[in-house]
Amino acid sequence: MLSEKATFMNQQAYADGLESADSKPRTATIDGNEACADVAFRVNEICSIFPITPATSMAELADQWAGEGRMNVWGTVPDVVEMQSELGAAGTLHGGLQAGSLVTSFTSSQGLLLMIPNMFKVAGELLPCVIHVASRALSTNALTIFGDHQDVMAVRQTGFAMLASANVQEAHDFALITQAASLESRIPFLHFFDGFRTSHEIAKVTMLEDGHLRAMLDEELIFAHRARAMSPDRPNMRGTVQNPDVFFQTREAANPYFDRCPGIVQRTMDRFAELTGRRYKAYEYSGHPEAERVIVLMGSGAEAARETAEFLAEQGEKVGVVQVRLYRPFDVGAFIDAFPKTTKAVAVLDRTKEPGSLGEPLYLDVVAAFAERRSAASRPSITGGRFGIGGKEFHAGMVRAIFDELRKPVPKNHFTIGIYDDQGDTHLDFDENFAVEPDSTHAAIFYGLGADGTVGANKNTIKIIGDDPEFFVQAYFLYDSKKSGSQTVSHLRFGPTPIRSNYLIRSAKFIGCHVFGFLNKMDVLARAAHGATLLLNCQFGPDEVWSRLPRHVQAQMISKRITLYVIDATRVAKETGMRSHTNTVLQTCYFAISGLMPREQAIAKIKHSIQVTYGRKGKEVVQRNFDAVDQTLANLHRVVLPEKLDDPSRLPPIAWMDLDGAPDFIKNVTAKIIAGEGESLPTSALPVDGGFPSGSAKWEKRNVADTVPVWNAKDCIQCGNCSFVCPHSCIRTRLLHDSLLDNAPAGFESIAIDAKGFPETRYTLQIYMEDCTGCGLCVDACPVRTKEKASVRAINMVEKDGLEIDNRRHLAFFETLPVNDRSFVDFGTVRGVQFLYPTFEFSGACAGCGETPYLKLTSQLFGDRMIVANASGCSSVYGGSLPTTPWSVNHEGRGPAWATSLFEDNAEFGLGMRLSADRQMQLAHQILGKLSLELGEVLVDELIHSPQRLESDIRKQRARVTALKAKLTTLKGEKAIEARRLLSVADSLVRRSVWIIGGDGWAYDIGSSGVDHVLASGRDVNLMVLDNEVYANTGGQSSKATPLGAVAKFASAGKRSGKKDLALQAIAYGNVYVARIAMGANPQQTLTAIREAEAYPGPSLVIAYSHCIAHGINMEHGMEQQRLAVHSGYWPLIRYNPELVEVGDNPFILDSARPSVSLNAFCENELRYRALRYTQPEEAARLLEMAQQQVTRHWALYERMAQ
Amino acid sequence: MNLSTRYLGLDLKHPIVASSSPQSKTLDGIRRLADAGAAAITLFSLFEEQIRAEQESVDFLIGRTTYSSAESLSYFPQSAEYSVGPGEYLELIYQATQAVDVPIIASLNGITEHGWVDYAKDMVDAGARAIELNIFFLPVDIMTTSQEVEEQYVRVVETVSSAVSVPITVKLSPYFSSTGHMARRLVEAGAKGLVLFNRFYQPDFDVEGRVVQSRLDLSQPSEIRLPLLWISVLFDRLHCSLAATTGVHSSLEVVKYLMAGADAVMTTSSLLKHGEGHIATLLTDLQEWMSSHGFESVEQMKGSMSLKNCAEPEAFVRSNYLKVLQSYSGHR
Repeated sequence: MLSEKATFMNQQAYADGLESADSKPRTATIDGNEACADVAFRVNEICSIFPITPATSMAELADQWAGEGRMNVWGTVPDVVEMQSELGAAGTLHGGLQAGSLVTSFTSSQGLLLMIPNMFKVAGELLPCVIHVASRALSTNALTIFGDHQDVMAVRQTGFAMLASANVQEAHDFALITQAASLESRIPFLHFFDGFRTSHEIAKVTMLEDGHLRAMLDEELIFAHRARAMSPDRPNMRGTVQNPDVFFQTREAANPYFDRCPGIVQRTMDRFAELTGRRYKAYEYSGHPEAERVIVLMGSGAEAARETAEFLAEQGEKVGVVQVRLYRPFDVGAFIDAFPKTTKAVAVLDRTKEPGSLGEPLYLDVVAAFAERRSAASRPSITGGRFGIGGKEFHAGMVRAIFDELRKPVPKNHFTIGIYDDQGDTHLDFDENFAVEPDSTHAAIFYGLGADGTVGANKNTIKIIGDDPEFFVQAYFLYDSKKSGSQTVSHLRFGPTPIRSNYLIRSAKFIGCHVFGFLNKMDVLARAAHGATLLLNCQFGPDEVWSRLPRHVQAQMISKRITLYVIDATRVAKETGMRSHTNTVLQTCYFAISGLMPREQAIAKIKHSIQVTYGRKGKEVVQRNFDAVDQTLANLHRVVLPEKLDDPSRLPPIAWMDLDGAPDFIKNVTAKIIAGEGESLPTSALPVDGGFPSGSAKWEKRNVADTVPVWNAKDCIQCGNCSFVCPHSCIRTRLLHDSLLDNAPAGFESIAIDAKGFPETRYTLQIYMEDCTGCGLCVDACPVRTKEKASVRAINMVEKDGLEIDNRRHLAFFETLPVNDRSFVDFGTVRGVQFLYPTFEFSGACAGCGETPYLKLTSQLFGDRMIVANASGCSSVYGGSLPTTPWSVNHEGRGPAWATSLFEDNAEFGLGMRLSADRQMQLAHQILGKLSLELGEVLVDELIHSPQRLESDIRKQRARVTALKAKLTTLKGEKAIEARRLLSVADSLVRRSVWIIGGDGWAYDIGSSGVDHVLASGRDVNLMVLDNEVYANTGGQSSKATPLGAVAKFASAGKRSGKKDLALQAIAYGNVYVARIAMGANPQQTLTAIREAEAYPGPSLVIAYSHCIAHGINMEHGMEQQRLAVHSGYWPLIRYNPELVEVGDNPFILDSARPSVSLNAFCENELRYRALRYTQPEEAARLLEMAQQQVTRHWALYERMAQ
Repeated sequence: MNLSTRYLGLDLKHPIVASSSPQSKTLDGIRRLADAGAAAITLFSLFEEQIRAEQESVDFLIGRTTYSSAESLSYFPQSAEYSVGPGEYLELIYQATQAVDVPIIASLNGITEHGWVDYAKDMVDAGARAIELNIFFLPVDIMTTSQEVEEQYVRVVETVSSAVSVPITVKLSPYFSSTGHMARRLVEAGAKGLVLFNRFYQPDFDVEGRVVQSRLDLSQPSEIRLPLLWISVLFDRLHCSLAATTGVHSSLEVVKYLMAGADAVMTTSSLLKHGEGHIATLLTDLQEWMSSHGFESVEQMKGSMSLKNCAEPEAFVRSNYLKVLQSYSGHR
């Protein structure tokens, strides 16, 4: 009813739009997130946001644009508001809509789940809006950030309409179509596209101008939305409470709106086509006009399926694809009409998994649709299958396998494609090498290290070529799960026709290997086409390189007739003043030898791009880059390959897995995942419940550091500082008896112990070089300056090359030495702690990480009885990402039991663990009481009543439990049943140390209410907040822990409010042990606080300053930054111990001295503060001044409290 | 009484100029200096090396963290380009020229030819009335000859003075084998003024921590001797303005410098120590001294004790050394 008037009112805007359409279309080479956000931002007034991978960059862009003053099509800058969680974002969206604004949000996965309650409300109240979703798997047995439809399928019942985009262009176009359709239908929309595959794929997009947007959005509909909004001038009530008399009817009353919606969507698509020429159907068929076998699916998989179907149809196969774009409301008529009448067999593919269901949702909908509209006789056979779960590849070979399956008289139902399900036999076999890409497509793959410039250079390349009207482009990037020394793989396609193969390149004409060492680690040439070109970045010249190649690489090169080029990009970059930036050099190589365009033309394009990119930075920077380009060509060599394999006696390659003595699971599963062969693992090889063995990181020798620390035994004072701060547990020490050295390998160093009362005892320190990330924190922490040279310390960084073999020998011997008895170790000093075995080791955290030293220390102190609840964030990624995990076991086989639940519920999750441990201990006590006669009253009494505060108490209790178990096995008859009961809980007689660990995003924001509640519970839990003051894991978004004046994403103009004082909040309870610590400033206070927190029988909160790469600091000096944070008064060290009240002391202890340096001395070293000075110097100065005042006030308050 | 003087072709109401210091780092500070009566203000130095180091640091810190993880492709907002450049400095020059009516002299410390020329031009465009070249080159490489060092100074002055229209003055190092000859060469190369002398950061040791510390202590009145000597020597022998800096704490040092031949007298330490209001004290005391000694103008005083005009020119040469020793033993 509105639409007629609307169309009339909108005539002018529509005419403008047509005018836009007449002008030459503008293209941009962007990713799916940007494509979507570009429209969403311009057609909304409020964006309520929260970061979640892979949707984060949509929110970031919105925030960035708002910061830059970019306007929406109505001439206002949208208000972008970061909330504490998606629950908050959805609430804000709901309120904003009710009050009459146009509101959007961007989310994914668990974030979308948190929005569900509000989504029901928004849909129930017919509030028009669009939530844009980069769809992603849900956390079940494990978390994955990659794409599938589990999240969107989990909200299909909310009443939101759902429209799926299959590629980057659609993500752009449908952001507008959904907005227009929502306004007209009043049904809120979920616009979704596949996480990573579409959200992060870069492609060439024809852009929508503001004119198009205005033409599609009828302002009359916006007036109507506002007119319906809450207003005290015309008040009505929303959200009433209803009874059985009317609730049912009100749920049904809105049906006509849902009924009209599909028609509105299709009409909106048709109108869009008139404006832009891009025509879409809600249910789109492609393939043979008389197809008999048809695949139904939605999302990015439809691109690959359609391309394959069209390829096969051209060859006469009667196959086709129905792409579902509008999933809700499901238009049965339009859907059925999309099929050729000749259809005999249909395979419905769901990118989701619903255990225990009759089939996945799209399949069930299709079955129901045919059942409703076609007689049994005229219905095709319908089978369902699952594909692409958790970002699993879906390519032409798989599509053909499904079509082939549909030929069978009884095709397999409920099949899987893309995996080998040897247990359930659900899988279909497929051909890995089947290709449908046109020959004209040029495909190139590049292997690099994270942050080495490879990805940046490729993004630049894709834009350069994308700007050429003759080329279509596509780029997709893979990263591994490590935060230090991560590997990247770039997949780039270029061609004269649109690129639809949206899966990893199967056969590349060009391979760039930017790290020579990769040739040993992975099959770099596996995806190389016959006759492909390989570019190797290495220090070896054209005459030497062949003899340096691993044999299997030589063999592949000969059999695939590879053309090899070499360049020493590192040297060229250095010589041309580019320092370590090899991107220009390697990019030039690619342009010069890929054959994509004539060399001169290619070089000219690169230079043009350099001028555009660096022009602003001055002539000299441009010239330096030009020099690099020119020198590249002079240093790029083609290698003449021999016909036969080389057989020199070469150095053994560096081992990157040491599987000697590894358990079978590590050898058969973990090792395969490390080797990049995880795809080949069948379902039977993997755990059914998400449980993986602890301590797998030690088997992977990543060798990511070029320089490593070496111990200078002669000058060492055995203080343990280096070992204390090492984020990767790579520095270990041991005390050993003289006699043990008899079998020591040559060069194994030890020194006499620097303490009295230990005759014939020596001290040794060993470096796990192949696990070290080369951060240098240990050197910075070393207090020694040798007498002869102040530059030399007791531990010093050196080039690793050549040291590995001796190091391996020394470590092998070191690991045979007895682990020092915990009862001999002084837990109370940093010096003593170094001898405690760490059960957190070799994590994939950033080099120099500020968080992991705290975890390692906690694991040393309590690891053998520790239970960890870990919130999502950095610590769950470096703590739990496959292939290997750092949480480990000690020589007795004990170690932390670790689990994650979610981001928002970690405190509660940990409380559950406490309750369970207490429950089991209580049960054990109860049975002990019953068996007291049989077990002996003394033992029972001691087991129940002995103190368990100190390590020595714990050791004694362990001995008692061992004695108890021995006795229990001897009990007979009825008592034996009780004995079994007691045995099942006997271990819990040793006090469990429950640690609830997470970052500030959890503790200050999304999990804040849970943290508060658990602290208030009074139960014996230890909360450790690794406070790096930002959402580091998702790329540095502001949290309530972000300090005043610091720049972060969502606070790009500097944070305007101060950091929340979480310590004071907790202190307010009075019965919570609270500590604020900073290891780099005072390691002893850190140790004392963590021990006190653990010993305190109630709730404890430890807030640990964690320097972070997101601060923009030189990580080598991270601990020095911690020191400055404390000495400037920014981070006062405190302990609040409620137990002191009982003895009449002030429970509040201020452990740091009065500020001795200005806040600026701390801030000056951090880019997060300096950044604002570069962009808004006066504002930066103002905020710094405010921050200094705040620090001064804060300190005064603390001083008063400590008096 | 006429206190006016001419420095670098600029008419100054009196000879006391606020020298490069932290006080000129903010617009408020510049306003305070002008309000306190400074005849001209030399801004703190723009260090090209600092800008480069910062840019490199930004490139490193951002580059090191970009595109290394699927979840965190970057760690800083993309909106800010973090282009570290002279923008802030140039803006300050512009704002200062709008806010105060005394001449603003920009100060530049470059390391490359591009840096010297481009930044100098930018400074002029922003409104600087003159540019002080704060050339500091410490030849720690023992293969570098004194000629090479001197050539470098001359080249910078030639390059910058031919590139910009405003007068160039050079803040000179005292460490030349032949300071006077060097001064002459710089004037021939295009310098319209010389500032004597630059005080350089020299390291100190923290022997407890065994680390090298760099800090600059405030100057002492006793430090005026070296500039006093060379201003006296150079007065009226070169076609350029002379400015004295170092050790000006009271009007006595001002008087001495003027008598040596300085056209302007610069002070930093005393203003840092006593605040901007000290300029008024210096001026009042100067006037009192002039009045009590019968001087009517600054011009009258200028160079009256210079090598050329003093009663005992031999005091400036070797015999002075002997004389000092004698008087020293005499005191005992």
